[in-house]
Amino acid sequence: MAHVATSQSSHDHGHGHDGHHDLEALRMMGFWIFIITDCIIFGTLFATYAVLVNNTAGGPSGADLFEMPGVIAETFILLTSSFTSGLAVLSMNRGDKKGLIGWLIVTALLGASFITLEVTEFLKMIDEGAKISTSAFLSAFYTLVGTHGLHVSIGLIWMVALMLQVAKRGITPVTKRKISNISLYWHFLDVVWIFVFTIVYMMGVR
Amino acid sequence: MKITKLSDFFVTGDPLIYGADVAIGLTMVAIVVALTAFKRWGWLWREWLTTVDHKRIGIMYVIASLLMLFRGGVDALLMRTQLALPDSMEFLKPDHYNDIFTTHGVIMILFMAMPLMFGLFNLVVPLQIGARDVAFPLLNSLSFWLFFMGAMLFNVSFVIGGSPEAGWLAYPPLSEKMFSPGVGQDFYIWGIQISGIGSLMTGINFIVTILKMRAPGMKLMKMPMFTWSVLSSCLTIILAFPILTVTLALLFIDRYFGAHFFTLDMGGNPMMYINLIWMWGHPEVYIVVLPAFGIFSEIVATFSKKRLFGYGSMVFALMSISVFSFFTWAHHFFTMGSGANVNAFFAVTTMIIAIPTGVKIFNWLFTMYKGKITFELPMLWTMAFIPCFVVGGMTGVMLSVAPADFQFHNSYFLIAHFHQVLIGGVVFGYFAGLYYWWPKVFGFKLNEKLGRWAFWLWNIGFYVCFMPQYVLGLMGMTRRVSSYSWDTGWWSWNFVSTIGGFLMGIGFLFQVWQILHSIKFMKRVKGDPWGGRTLEWSIPSPAPFYNFAITPKVEGRDDWWRRKELAAQGIQDPPPKYEPIHMPKNSGTPIVMSVFWFILGFGFVFDWLWLIIPGAIGIAGTMLYHSFNYDTDYYVTVDEIKKTEAKAGRVV
Amino acid sequence: MKYKGWFMRAAALLPLALMTFLLSGCGDVVVLDPKGEIGKQQLDLIYITTGLCLIIIVPVLILTFWIAWKYRAKSKKKEAYQPEWDHSTKLEAIWWGVPILIILLIAIVTVQYSYKLEPSKAIASDEKPITIQVVALDWKWLFLYPEQGIATVNYIQFPEKVPVQFQLTADAPMNSFWIPQLGGQIYTMSGMAMKLHLIADEPGDYFGTGANFSGEYFGKMTFNAKATSRADFDKWVADVKQSYPAMSKEGYDELAKPDTSLVRSFSAFPNGLFDGIVNKYVVAGESGHHHGGSDADASKEETSVTENHEGHDMGDMDMSEMDMGDMDMSGADDQGAAHQH
Repeated sequence: MAHVATSQSSHDHGHGHDGHHDLEALRMMGFWIFIITDCIIFGTLFATYAVLVNNTAGGPSGADLFEMPGVIAETFILLTSSFTSGLAVLSMNRGDKKGLIGWLIVTALLGASFITLEVTEFLKMIDEGAKISTSAFLSAFYTLVGTHGLHVSIGLIWMVALMLQVAKRGITPVTKRKISNISLYWHFLDVVWIFVFTIVYMMGVR
Repeated sequence: MKITKLSDFFVTGDPLIYGADVAIGLTMVAIVVALTAFKRWGWLWREWLTTVDHKRIGIMYVIASLLMLFRGGVDALLMRTQLALPDSMEFLKPDHYNDIFTTHGVIMILFMAMPLMFGLFNLVVPLQIGARDVAFPLLNSLSFWLFFMGAMLFNVSFVIGGSPEAGWLAYPPLSEKMFSPGVGQDFYIWGIQISGIGSLMTGINFIVTILKMRAPGMKLMKMPMFTWSVLSSCLTIILAFPILTVTLALLFIDRYFGAHFFTLDMGGNPMMYINLIWMWGHPEVYIVVLPAFGIFSEIVATFSKKRLFGYGSMVFALMSISVFSFFTWAHHFFTMGSGANVNAFFAVTTMIIAIPTGVKIFNWLFTMYKGKITFELPMLWTMAFIPCFVVGGMTGVMLSVAPADFQFHNSYFLIAHFHQVLIGGVVFGYFAGLYYWWPKVFGFKLNEKLGRWAFWLWNIGFYVCFMPQYVLGLMGMTRRVSSYSWDTGWWSWNFVSTIGGFLMGIGFLFQVWQILHSIKFMKRVKGDPWGGRTLEWSIPSPAPFYNFAITPKVEGRDDWWRRKELAAQGIQDPPPKYEPIHMPKNSGTPIVMSVFWFILGFGFVFDWLWLIIPGAIGIAGTMLYHSFNYDTDYYVTVDEIKKTEAKAGRVV
Repeated sequence: MKYKGWFMRAAALLPLALMTFLLSGCGDVVVLDPKGEIGKQQLDLIYITTGLCLIIIVPVLILTFWIAWKYRAKSKKKEAYQPEWDHSTKLEAIWWGVPILIILLIAIVTVQYSYKLEPSKAIASDEKPITIQVVALDWKWLFLYPEQGIATVNYIQFPEKVPVQFQLTADAPMNSFWIPQLGGQIYTMSGMAMKLHLIADEPGDYFGTGANFSGEYFGKMTFNAKATSRADFDKWVADVKQSYPAMSKEGYDELAKPDTSLVRSFSAFPNGLFDGIVNKYVVAGESGHHHGGSDADASKEETSVTENHEGHDMGDMDMSEMDMGDMDMSGADDQGAAHQH
């Protein structure tokens, strides 16, 4: 740990002290650390889910509730959006502003459809009487999956804001860093979803 | 919550609280009148409320935390007064007593120790590593205002709605809606949650600052020990605080949406909360004590006029304490019946922490060995810390012995232990740090004589207060009881303990007097009043707003000491060649966003959608506003640097 | 000089006066005066570990004052001043090594006693243990004697030199059951039946208390634990059976309402009351509150309460889980807590 940090900082000092380049590198690092804290948030939620998953208190279990076709569709949509956000970054690195915005729009649309599907799924479950207050299992389920959904929704708003900024200012070191961060965030949410898919849904219907 | 009459909203029926209402009202009116009369509103907004300067943010943290120390201290004295009266003599009713020990704990840890610690981080770290500011100055300001609004939200519960009363860690099921239907518990959740987000961001901020913004040449192993301690503390923060965020969020979801994470019914698991909260709570005590270790390391070296002994050991000890702090949480509930295996495991991990901590004590002692020790206030507090913390550490090891803990747990023995390490370690440490860096921050020293009065009152008061509590624990007195009967035989020890509590209170008043006195009879000091060793002493006191006119080039540990020695041999630094300095602009975004957080939190406490919605929109709006704002920084011209430096008079 | 002598005498008298004041009308230092096997062993452990700690604490305290005094700048004697001396592998090896050694010793003792004093472990005795079921209520203690068929509130009586097996639960927020002179405490939690074994070596009135904060009148949850001869105990049971009313189901619900209570006695209580309280918080059919541990373990535990738990504790404990920082302790909770089946 100490070793890595040393090499990072000496590398960094090579660039001199002030100026945008250095600042953007700082912000990038800060965002990485934020992702670490977010990892712990999800880790804790997964742990609570694991503790409570069998405490259905006479209510429905995952096997009774989950409908896999919809969940698999959500998974494909989110994985694809992760891929298109990668394409957006590639366009950005080529300096292709139109391509960047275009791929961001595709990513955002995919993200929005993911959210729509998820909300529909939740509403259907609630309609069937599986509410957050029904059992400890459902409390943990809605909180874990809902927190992921909330992250995606916030990401969507942020993405739209960034599209406007890129449209106005073009590809600058600042917008570049911001796009890199949201792309990192998006990939992170994708990874979290793979865990949700495996631990909550796949192991739930079994 | 539906408010149908005034007493649903305001806390009524208690003369103490009416007194507080009047005092708060009068203070607020006085502040508004004073600011208006002296036409200071604009000044307040421009120079303080919107500042992103780490030094000013640090000062605001310190002021806020001293106010919170006052409130937490008054809570403590109210409790001690009640406990000095046995049987049915009721100074405080049981429910009021429960309010007060809950708020005392929360305030002292989260709204006193944490902000005082962040204050010292802000005041010292950038100067110590030769940086222009922290990595994210605007985020830093946001952290402060989130802390401030969280603290205000929590404190408001005293007069509006009612205080939380389920203990400082709010164990469910007691803290669930079923047993705590009032809004106090919601104030608790939102107050801590909002300030907790701020703490998390401060953690991130200082990690990046320390890893990326050190002056050229300052390799990690050349960093001052305080900076190391801040790094280890911040690493612990970013790993521990997310757990708190989740835990409180889950409790909120239980209370607000009727979920069943920690409820008794429908499969909830209260033990999970106790595990989670201590997975944050135990590292938390190390978060606050590690920087104190850093402070002592700086002070011992400075006042012994000697290099810190065993630098490598010290770094290793700090880091291993950070790591081990995450593997000891279950020692807070050995009595939960987890079985001998679990208890033995956590007992041993807990004891292991005593080893690096003990090593640090030896290293401080041998820093003093063969030194030339002077005992100004910072060193005096350090000298008081060592025996106090050693004994507190010993009782800690005694508590970690799981089967013996069955007899200590939840008794006054435990209370005495953690007050001894938290007051003896954290409070003495932060006081030492404040006295040490005060001249750097304000440009004058605090009066030595009044400081000594305060010191002795605090120290004698401490032992008079807490040594009897060890005995009370062994006599079977449990924590959180508001009254006891004569035949327990606890009265005399409690009475003595109360006297000690008030002695510490008088000590605090002496410190207030000391500050006011030193302001009135101010004697300006130069940049380096203590014969310091590290970079912060190489610049004028108070530091210019841009900190370093030229970024220092570091060649060794204690680089300022080295440069002074070179200067004594006649080797001078080359004449300075100034360059424009890149600086962040002040911003109102943090305070505005934090006000919206306050509105949101208040709305959730009372379940008022008409407040929640504008709060949430306001937060999102200010965030977006900030995202679209590209005009965030500027350059200080060489001319202005020259003028400022000339005015401050370069030190050396 | 005269003034100083007077001052010194006063300074010497002050602590003495203080001690007299403190010791007059003092109660017992109960933890240091145990009257039962468990409490005695815990006290031994306290003394052993304190002694081991003192081996290192006392020299450190002396060293602190000696170094501070000797190397003070004002010292008239010129002591060696070595501002650059900041490292010595030999010295640092000593102060890493000695604490490691001491902690190692304390750890070994602790681990041994952890198994020896595990609260769910029965006390070896020729006497057949007596069972008392404990229910923490808001804000009173309910005690049920399943073998005798009587119940009490805020008072227990049991024969001396006979192991007492407490089964504990709560029908209110968590509390902790503590009789310091007999031995350490254990939490009382809803939906679980904890076990605690204590024994009184001699007759006496022992102070008992709730130790974990449970709400408004938590401070009123003290009780007297009285150990008597077997004959007196039997007489007391017969007396309660004769002269006190029986507790009905409604009577229990009334008792469970949040309030304080005086000492009360009941000649009988509803059948299966304790199990009913424990099961109240576990939804039937599903894996209840604190599910975990394999069924094989569970049945073993059910069949013999007196068995030594060490064996299956070892098998069941999953250390790797703790290492990962995972908080799922449900598996481990089960053995000590022995929830109902």
